[in-house]
Amino acid sequence: MKQYWSNIFTSIYTMLVGMKVTFKHLFKKPVTLKYPYEKDPNIPAISRMKLEVEYDDCIGCKQCERACPVQCIHITTTKALPEDDLAPTSKGTARKLLTTSFVIDFSECMYCNLCTYPCPEDCIHMTPNYEFGKYDKDLLITDFSPLSSEEQQQRLKLAEDLAAAAAAAKAKAAAEKELSSTASGKEQ
Amino acid sequence: MQGIQTFFETTLNVPAGWALVGAAVLFSLLIFIVLALFVIVAVWLERKVSAVIQDRWGPMRAGLTMQGELQTIADTVKLLMKEDIIPSRVDKLLFIIAPLLVFTASFMVTTVLPFGPAGVASNMDLGIFFLLAVSSLGVVGIVMAGWASNNKWSLYGAMRSVAQIVSYEIPIALLVIAIVMYTGTFSVTGIVEAQDTGHGFLGWFAIRNPFLFIGMIIFLIAGTAENNRNPFDLPESESELVAGFHTEYTGMRFAFFFLAEYVNMFIMGMLLAVLFFGGYTPPVYLSSVADMPVLNVLFGNSVLWIILKALGVVIIQMWFRWTFPRIRVDQLMYTCWKVLIPFSMAIVVLNGFWMKLFNLV
Repeated sequence: MKQYWSNIFTSIYTMLVGMKVTFKHLFKKPVTLKYPYEKDPNIPAISRMKLEVEYDDCIGCKQCERACPVQCIHITTTKALPEDDLAPTSKGTARKLLTTSFVIDFSECMYCNLCTYPCPEDCIHMTPNYEFGKYDKDLLITDFSPLSSEEQQQRLKLAEDLAAAAAAAKAKAAAEKELSSTASGKEQ
Repeated sequence: MQGIQTFFETTLNVPAGWALVGAAVLFSLLIFIVLALFVIVAVWLERKVSAVIQDRWGPMRAGLTMQGELQTIADTVKLLMKEDIIPSRVDKLLFIIAPLLVFTASFMVTTVLPFGPAGVASNMDLGIFFLLAVSSLGVVGIVMAGWASNNKWSLYGAMRSVAQIVSYEIPIALLVIAIVMYTGTFSVTGIVEAQDTGHGFLGWFAIRNPFLFIGMIIFLIAGTAENNRNPFDLPESESELVAGFHTEYTGMRFAFFFLAEYVNMFIMGMLLAVLFFGGYTPPVYLSSVADMPVLNVLFGNSVLWIILKALGVVIIQMWFRWTFPRIRVDQLMYTCWKVLIPFSMAIVVLNGFWMKLFNLV
């Protein structure tokens, strides 16, 4: 019986304590933001949000592409030509490859930050920018290369042609060499 | 309603039978508009109260004042446009009837609720008895919904609902008996008139009798349980039973359950106001107001006070909802059968002694 009454008094007392707590919160300032009108000014600079690429620092080593667990980075490179006149990166490394395209599909990116660690030139990094939503998924595929797609095609075609020419020259040289060696063998 | 009927009969020369039908239709439309407006306000208020208690903003975009006051209207439009799904293996007839029955039961209760001195649809002698009987019909709709859905969650919710509502009717009925002992009438208007002593709030039952003040608290708890609201929302406990008895309902059919819940809250507020807080009587009679015809209509015995009192009870129920965690089924039964019912019985008996003591019999 004693337990019965103490139960009733405890429950009423604790109910009143709980109601007092919620009543106090009626007069507190909300902690949430009215988002599109107010934005959080205190987002840390190291937040893992949109990826950014310093194109001029990229040496085309594709380490980020290999590190990406969801394969959302797609890089194509060609050999830099003398007329490209590529300036060295901010770390002073000479750029021997031209990054024709540096595509990141943000609809696949999961913001894991794994691509930024292997980069020898620190050219790929996370930024605190989180407002890049689009109405179409295809618009999230971003190319960081300043070259237009025609120029990219052109460069890849050129590289292919050069490679084909080099291969042809090599084959020709090899054939000549073989010919001369067989000729010399006959002589002996 | 009598006022409208006599207006039809005398001013418009409508035959007596048709005047009754016309007055009934007009008055029920009026009540429906009041209830619909109240539900729109209450749903918005619920979202705002929950937001403020949880240190959030709540709806802020819909509406002109940037407080989200049109949010409920937007929600209603959304619900109207939603696909109305009837699952293939449900008991179709019961599935369709259930939400209508739940809502009709809630709406029928308003027949005897006095909105003002003349604002009662039917001033029947057994008003409070009718009210208790009809409000129990809602549980039939809930069982129908749970059974017809052909779904384990729904059935569990419905079973809990029956156990809960049937149990919590008893303390409510006992407290009504205590009130009826005081007034000597079952008429709802009679109960309000018994509290209209000309002394404002001093005449209210919750104030002039300490036992009935405790009774008011018990009534509030039992009423919250009757409405299936937190902390007694076991029939639709989201975290256990998906949505309880209305798991399978979509669109407008779901909205009817939702509407019925808020109408029930309003009715519970009205009932508490009528039984314990003097119904439509003002807390203070101002002698300066009594002479002015316009102000007297508003600040004398008027619909304003009963709506304010009901709204106050509704806000307290919201406060409950966003404060207390849900109780277990055994605790639910314990609270009703071992605490509330003995206490209400004691109140009936002690109320009798009180009346004998002050020679009220």
